[in-house]
Amino acid sequence: MSDHKPATVLRENVWTSNPIFMQVLGICSALAVTNLLINTVIMTVGVTLVTGFSSLTVSLIKKWIPRKVRMIIQTLIIAFYVIIVDLVLRAYMPDVSKNLGPYVGLIITNCIIMGRAEAFAQSNAPIISFWDGITSGLGYMGVLLVVAVIRELLGFGTLLGYQIMPASFLPWTIMVMAPSAFFILAFIIWIGKTIQFRQTKGATA
Amino acid sequence: MNSAPIIAPLTLLFASIFTSNILLANFLGMCSFIAISKDMDSANGLGMAVTVVLVLTAAINWVVLHFILVPLGLEFLQYIVFIMVIAAVVQILEMVIDRVSQSLYMALGIFLPLITVNCAVLGVVLFMQIRNYAFVQALAFGLGSGLGWWLAIMLLAAMRRKIDKAPVPAGLQGPGITMITIGMMAMAFIGFSGMLKVQ
Repeated sequence: MSDHKPATVLRENVWTSNPIFMQVLGICSALAVTNLLINTVIMTVGVTLVTGFSSLTVSLIKKWIPRKVRMIIQTLIIAFYVIIVDLVLRAYMPDVSKNLGPYVGLIITNCIIMGRAEAFAQSNAPIISFWDGITSGLGYMGVLLVVAVIRELLGFGTLLGYQIMPASFLPWTIMVMAPSAFFILAFIIWIGKTIQFRQTKGATA
Repeated sequence: MNSAPIIAPLTLLFASIFTSNILLANFLGMCSFIAISKDMDSANGLGMAVTVVLVLTAAINWVVLHFILVPLGLEFLQYIVFIMVIAAVVQILEMVIDRVSQSLYMALGIFLPLITVNCAVLGVVLFMQIRNYAFVQALAFGLGSGLGWWLAIMLLAAMRRKIDKAPVPAGLQGPGITMITIGMMAMAFIGFSGMLKVQ
């Protein structure tokens, strides 16, 4: 990450160093909501916004944050934005908010947000930090949406609540339960990494 | 929210270890779980530290929630307050351990800073609040979740030692195979769910 052109940042965050399949960060609060696509969409949009704005804020006030207490300040900034997301959800989408339960609050401890604040926003200008946060969120969103589509389609036979599979389709109960999220994520990581290995091999050969 | 039926604390303790393991059923605490599970000693240390912190924070946050936030109508501040309490507990615990025992500090202390951002800790506190647990239940839930997390990370660390020697496809090495291992563990733990019915 020597130069920080917007396009480079976008490519790095969404693909070459995707927070999920290259760094396996931030899956804590996320996997649990991937059994339904709508929950995942709301959750990842929330994470993306929080990442973007907390990176922006950290970058803006980085001069005034004493090094020793910066972790706690960053956490407070993140918590501030998470509270906004939570209140908005409660006001406008009470059902979704109820479904997500504690997982909205758990965005605070999502390692991606803290990681971007610490690794990027701490040492870069505000606008590019905001962009970095947003693109990290997009990389995260991409992977989780794939997981959610697979889980909802096979687990319930629906997408966003609409019946997709024919009526004769027998839902796979395992897809609704926790282990499937791990397996699907493992396969996505596997596919993603294999493609990347091919690319780097092609580049060096 | 709705008043949950009172679950016996002991049932809750075992349920949160086995049937609704905080890690395998609720996906909480994954980050440090994957990063630290490479060797058994660190896994043990971290598991112990998480358990201690979970019990303390569950208890303290319960008191804070029911005696400060709810009477003052400040529930919307709960995220900030909870995370501050967790950070403070971790900080104090680190200093106390440093003073009391140097060897314990070497085993536990180095993992403590990681715990503030461990999702499992905040997750337990939020679950406790949403499910309306009473104090004893909150303690049992905190302890059980901690023990469950500890058990899971020890099991994973042990399995990863074997996997290190196995031929794994290049793209699956590292996080990929770890996720599959965790998935299988999660399936095995689902087998416990016939024993206890909670939630």
